[in-house]
Order: sequence, then structure tokens, then C-alpha cells
Amino acid sequence: MEWETVIGLEIHAQLATRSKIFSAASTAYGAEPNTQACAIDLGMPGMLPVLNAEAVRMAVKFGLATNSAITRRSVFARKNYFYPDLPKGYQISQFELPIVGEGSIEIELKDGTRKHVGVTRAHLEEDAGKSLHEDFHGMSGIDLNRAGTPLIEIVSEPDMRSAAEAIAYMKKIHTLVRYLEICDGNMQEGSFRCDANVSIRPMGASEFGTRTELKNINSFRFVERAINYEVERQIDVLESGGTVTQETRLYDTNKNETRPMRSKEEANDYRYFPDPDLLPVELDEDYIAAIADTLPELPDAKSTRFQQEYGLSAYDAGVLTASRELADFYEATVTAAKGAAKPAANWVMGELAGVLNKQGMDIGASQVNPEQLGGLVLRIEDNTISGKIAKEVFEAMWSEQQDADAIIEARGLRQITDTGAIESLIDEVIEAHPKQAEQYRGGAGKLLGFFVGQVMKRSQGKANPGMVNKVLREKLGGS
Amino acid sequence: MHKASVAELSAALKARKFSSEELVRAHLARIHAQDSELNSFITITETEALAAASQADRLIAAGEAGPLTGIPLAHKDIFCTRGVRTSCGSKMLDNFVPPYDATVVEKIANAGMVVLGKTNMDEFAMGSSNENSYYGAARNPWDTSRVPGGSSGGSAAAVAARMTPLATCTDTGGSIRQPASLCGITGLKPTYGRVSRYGMVAFASSLDQGGIMGRSAEDTAWLLSAMAGFDPKDSTSVDRPVDDYVGGLNQSIEGLTIGLPREHFGEGLDPEVGAVVEAAIRQYEKLGAKVKEIDLPNSPLSVPAYYVVAPAECSSNLSRFDGVRYGYRAKHTKNLQDLYTRSRGEAFGEEVQRRIMIGTYALSTGYYDAYYLKAQKIRRLISNDFRQAFSEVDVIMGPTSPTTAFPLGERTDDPITMYLSDIYTIGVNLAGLTGMSIPAGFAGGLPVGLQIIGNYFEEARILSVAHRYQQVTDWHTQAPPDAGSQA
Repeated sequence: MEWETVIGLEIHAQLATRSKIFSAASTAYGAEPNTQACAIDLGMPGMLPVLNAEAVRMAVKFGLATNSAITRRSVFARKNYFYPDLPKGYQISQFELPIVGEGSIEIELKDGTRKHVGVTRAHLEEDAGKSLHEDFHGMSGIDLNRAGTPLIEIVSEPDMRSAAEAIAYMKKIHTLVRYLEICDGNMQEGSFRCDANVSIRPMGASEFGTRTELKNINSFRFVERAINYEVERQIDVLESGGTVTQETRLYDTNKNETRPMRSKEEANDYRYFPDPDLLPVELDEDYIAAIADTLPELPDAKSTRFQQEYGLSAYDAGVLTASRELADFYEATVTAAKGAAKPAANWVMGELAGVLNKQGMDIGASQVNPEQLGGLVLRIEDNTISGKIAKEVFEAMWSEQQDADAIIEARGLRQITDTGAIESLIDEVIEAHPKQAEQYRGGAGKLLGFFVGQVMKRSQGKANPGMVNKVLREKLGGS
Repeated sequence: MHKASVAELSAALKARKFSSEELVRAHLARIHAQDSELNSFITITETEALAAASQADRLIAAGEAGPLTGIPLAHKDIFCTRGVRTSCGSKMLDNFVPPYDATVVEKIANAGMVVLGKTNMDEFAMGSSNENSYYGAARNPWDTSRVPGGSSGGSAAAVAARMTPLATCTDTGGSIRQPASLCGITGLKPTYGRVSRYGMVAFASSLDQGGIMGRSAEDTAWLLSAMAGFDPKDSTSVDRPVDDYVGGLNQSIEGLTIGLPREHFGEGLDPEVGAVVEAAIRQYEKLGAKVKEIDLPNSPLSVPAYYVVAPAECSSNLSRFDGVRYGYRAKHTKNLQDLYTRSRGEAFGEEVQRRIMIGTYALSTGYYDAYYLKAQKIRRLISNDFRQAFSEVDVIMGPTSPTTAFPLGERTDDPITMYLSDIYTIGVNLAGLTGMSIPAGFAGGLPVGLQIIGNYFEEARILSVAHRYQQVTDWHTQAPPDAGSQA
């Protein structure tokens, strides 16, 4: 039987506020355990939450950027359950009235097809702490630094039909939250993580199958693997006559498999109810309009503009707008290259991306700045150097952090475009290889490449290749 | 000294008739003499009190004293006090020393007042008799075989026995007014949001409100002035100006319309208590007030609605007491589940456990709509009843509690009867209004309280209404015989 996969994602993005969602403690990552947790975060008796206005502003930004309904009166609710890293015995979240309502996101797949994925809702909530199970002599340690860190949980509709679509959606959200500067997107540190609801059904069926929830997956690669594993597992179960159990499963990255965590029967009854310590969040039109005014150009709009303004392909525009930093870098490069948009794109996506990738850096850590890269492109465009020499210049630029012109001068890499100089180089080469010259003249036209190579070598790569070709043909005559 | 009003004490301190230290020592002496019998204090902070008193004396000498500088008071042991154990009447917090002060505690300290100690209470403020305290019941100074009421029973007994001129307290369903009534003192529950809840251990967050017990409306007005006000640390505190409670005491009550809810004078009310309350209302008529019968048609639903909403909130609020970070932790636990169940099972008393279970049930899937949501709807109806009433009358009066103080042990096995002792007070919490209880006479030798309910943020008005009565009556000046002297 042919099966159809149905996927919905719940993405938790940590909001980039300086203090926690309900307290003044810092949200900075990596501090000594329990040094960034105040009495409120520790759930001490009598402590009360006070909402961080910045978290609200960020959630509204997200809502506006996804064309979602902004709830004018949203309510915080308590999600009650016991766990040692949940200090109050409840998580403050939103339940019936989330701050962001229905919206939609357009994703683009590798084959260029576009698809809308519905956003059901996005709500504000606080993160829990962390349980540490190592180094405590059989006991568990609790680190509450993360407790109270603001999260926005973005819940999608079950609109995705493959792991590839899920990844495209997740990447789109990842790009968006970084464009909006509401989340640093750091997946290693857990700032951006995902739960996937996965089910399968016979192709063409209208009813959904029983879903399983895959918990807390923190890389794009693992999301893809976990979903693919889970789909295969469910197919095996159904095709061998079994039924899928509704349950929460954990993806084991080492074994590349999913394992049951808890079943529906064991699931907590969270006993949600409105948090009486917090007032409803009421937003007026002026507030929302003021936030709308601060929205940056978003990835889709930027990509369209890049195609129109710079004549880039949809693919190139997509790559260059994947992050706001990369797009800004590219545009600054184009400016420095006096509008040479296409060559600039090739350099940013080619040599620069290559070295960044190799070194595991992102664009912000680039050792070459856009002015330098643009200057290099400019020198290729005005024939000061060849494309081949340019690679050498780029390498030097990366390691020495100098401008292209300085490197070209210091190393004498300026291209030879003087006809006389090229002619004498060619004369020397023909003289040194009389036999080959004879063969060429006798009809071995493929030997032209050999002569070009020799001339280039003799010029240490600096001779203008076009001129070399032209003059060689003239001098050698023959074929 | 222990019979003087706050204004008299303030004036005497300023005039250097006696020092704050002398005043504090006199009250400490009364505590030492009486409290082994009354059990109204959980912790007596003698050392800290004497240090604070000498600091107050220095301020007075330097001419830098405010009106309350050097005047002693006691805090209900629900307000967190930095460096001083805050037990909330529970074994769970018997070892808990907060690293912070509640806003109320901080404001009172800033006013220069001297804290004598922390008063006894029903565990986590759940109870109407003070019998649910881990530290044993406080006794009613008028008859030590009887309860002082609850949950703020320790504060009420301490003020009634003249061990402190003032005490803080909290009221979730009547926990200020009912013990004030049973002990023959003045108690004020402010409008929800008037006094900060920051640092006040939560029982039911949407109902809890800190307040004041004193011997007169005037004394109460002084302390309210120090406690009231917006607190950015409490999102439910209300940002509006604080009235001049002391300055407003002498407002005329000529033409005041008093509403008498029929539902508060019906079945269940002890006839002797009713007679005392009616006499008090006749007194008001003599003073120029008009009386009007009103209806609070949904008031019979207030107790059931309360016993859904309050336990629901408490079941969640008390989840933090899990034995993990602070407070009681059971010994030799086998695993996490065992740690939770035994720590909570061993450290929470019976009534607290009962309410956690009721609340958990009321919030559960499948029951939420039928219980919690319905109770919230009733709450709205009850608020609307009051709103309607206050469109016709200025204040509402009636008995605070259906009976006088009952004997210790009488109702401990009968929670429903116990719950009904708050039948006239609970509606005020559900609606978030302000209410007082003032002494209005005696029935069978035991004090009877008159409840005065005011509209939102009309503390100044009900204080002036109470003050007018206290100017022409002397119920509030009558003191029980000193405990310890009877034996």
C-alpha cells in the first residue's frame, strides 16, 4: 500500500530578551548552575511573576511577520505538573487565548515548488530548568538558570507531507525569527528546538492516522532522520497488522531510532487554568501598529527584490537571503563592487561560503569584510587581475585581512595586458618549443591549450588569458 | 501603655514620655505573661524587636520619626520576613527562613515600626478556627477554651489580649473579619489589589488580600496608610492613589444609606448575634444613617463557589512545596515519586490535603467546566449582586459570622459547619470588595462583630463609618481579662 505522511511541528524558540519572562534574572547562556535564578525563578513562597514587556513585543513581531491574527486580549495559564526542574510545580504558558492566532508561512522545496503551511497559533511561555543526571553520585542535580527563560511555541497545522517539507518549514521559521531578531536560533544551546507530530495514512485517505509525538529534537538533520525513522516504523507496524499507539517518543541520536517515553494513558492531566497572578495581556491598535513599523524587510520580500534589483536567479536569491547577516553582507559587497551584482553573488556563495563552511563559521565571523570582497570583485571586473589570480588574492585577504589592492600591489599580481609584453612572452615560449609549434602548424589545434598554459606559467598567471589566446593564434598561424 | 491608641502612642513617643524600647518591652512582657496560654505567636523576635526599637528611638531623638516610628506590631506568619522563619503555620515551612521581605513587611519597616514576632495561623491560611496550625491552636482571650477564629487567629488573639496594638493578617474568605469578630477587635480587609501580595505566601491568589487588625478603626487607618499602594512586583496590585485614611475618619455619616442584605439575617444566624447586630444598626440610624433592605440573591452560592475556586488555586499554588528546593523533605525516600508523596503527605495537614485534593479534582479534564468554570461564573453573578446593591446603598452591614467563638474541637470533624462560619464574609472576597469587622457587643459573654462592606477602594469610607460608631460606643475598648491571671 502507498502511504502518506502527515507532519505537524511545534517549534520552541527562545526569545532574545535580556531578562526572563517573569523576573529580572539574566537569560545569558552558559553561566555556573543556579547563578542566574532569582527567588521568582526558584518558585520561592510568596514570589509573583511580572510580565516582561519585551517578550510580548517579540511575540507580536512574530505574529505580524507571519500574517497571523494578533490576539487583542490573551491570557496566561498554568500548566500543572510535578518535575524537579519545574520549580513552581506549574509552567506559566498560554492555553485558550494565545497571543498569536492563525497565520501561514510559505515554504519552497528543492524542486522549486511552493507550499503554504498553516500556523495554528504561537504562544508565550516560560522554559523549565535542567536536570543534570551525571556527577551527583546517583542523585540528580538541578540547574535553574534556564527556568523562566521566555519561549514562543509555534504550533503548525498538520500540513507537511514529508520530512523534507518539515525541514523546509523549520528552516523558514528559523530564518524568520533571526530576521526579526527575536531569537538567536542557536540550536546547540537549545534556543531553537522542535517537537514533531507524525502520522501516516493510506494515500488519498481523508482521516488522519494515529500520531506519535517526537520530543525535543535540536537539529535540522535529526528532525529529518527522526521523522523518516518514525514513518518507516509506523509503516512496519501497520503493514504487519498492528496499530500505532498514541504516545510521546524520544529520538535517540546515537542509535537513530525513536523510543516510547510515555503513552496517552500515562500522560499528565495538566489542569490548565488562567494564572490568577497575571492580568490578561491587552494590546491596542496603536501598540500593534508601532511594532509593525519596526518590522525589517522579510526574507521573501528580500529574495524577490534581489531577483529584480540584482538579476539573480531565484535559487541564488534564496541562498543569499537565508539570513539577514548574509543578505546585508551581500548587499554591501555589491555596493563596494560598484554594482557588479552577479560576480559578487558568485564570490559570496562560492569562495567565501566555502571557507566559512570549512572553518565552521557563520557570516558574522568572516575575516573578510564586504568592502574588501567588493574591492576584489571590482579588480576582476576592471581586468586588473584574472579570476584565477583573484582566488590567490582572496586567500591572502582572508589570512592577512588586507584590501585587494594592497595585496595585488605587494605581490605584483597585476594582470599583464600590455600587448608588447605578452608578445615577447609568446615569442619566448614558441622559441622554447619548436617541435610543438611545428605540430600545431601541421594541424594539431588542440596544442593551443599547451601554449596558453606555458605562457601563463611563464607570466606567473598574470597574463590576460584572452589576450594570450588571441596573440598566440596570430603568432602560430597555421590551423 | 498597652491600652493607648496608636495616635496616643505616637504622640507620647514624640513627646519622649516613654521610649520605643520601653513600649516594646512592655508588650514583650505581656506576650511572655500570656502567650504560653494563648499561643498566638509562632515566633517572638525579641532581639530584633529591641534593636529596631532603639533604632526608632534614635530616629525620634533626631526628629526624623514618622507617625508610626517606634510603634510595635506583629506580622501574621504568612508574610515573608528576611532572616526570620516564615512557617505559614505548616510543618512544610517549619525550617524556612526567607532571604527576602514581603512588600508589606518592607513598607512597615520603612515606616519605622517594630516587629514583635510572627503570629499563629491556620496552616497556609486554610481554616476558620486556627486549629489547623502545625504549632497548635491559638486561644480566644475571652474564653481560652474557645477558638479565636481563623485563619488569622494568632493576630486576632494577640491584638485582643493587648500583646500588640496592631497586627498584619490576611483574608481569603474571611480570615481577617471572622477572627476579628470572634475576638472583639477591629479588622479590615482591603479591596483586592490595594495591598501588595508580594512575599505573602499564596493560598488562593485571586482572593488573598493582606490587611490589618487593631483595636479601633482609627488605629487600623494608621497602619493601612503604611501598607497600601501599588507595587510593581505584584501584577494584581492596582495603580491608583492611596486615600488619606486617617484624615478621612471624620467624614460625616449624615444621610449615609446602609444596605442590609436579607440573606445575611436569615436561617443559620444565632439570634443573640442577630440582636447585637440589629442594635448596632439602630445606633447608626440614631447617628443619621438611613437603612435599606437589599438582596444579594446569589449569596447562598458563595460558599460552594468559594470552595471550588480557592482549593483550585491552592492546589496549584502549593505545588511548589515539593521537598526539592526548600522546606520539609521526607527522609530515606526511594525515588522521585516517593520524595514527592511522602514529603507532601508528611508535612501538609489534613485540611490542606483535603483542599489540594478538592482543587485538583475541580481542575481535572472533564470536571473543569462543571466545577471551576461554573464557580467562576457564579463569582461574576455575586460581583454583579454587589454592584447592583452599591448602586442603591453606600455601605452594606450585617453580622460578620453567624455565631460567636465556638469551643475548640467542636467543628474539627465537621468541615462543612466550619466552612459556614465564613458564610457572610466570603462573598466580599469573591467580588474583591473591602470589608471590616468591628466589635458591636457581646452575646453570652463573647464578642460579636458587625461587618461593614464597602465598594471598591472605599476603605476610607468604611473606616470613617466604623470610626463614627466607635466614637459613641465603647465595645472596642473592652478588653478580655489578662490570660494567665485566671489560673
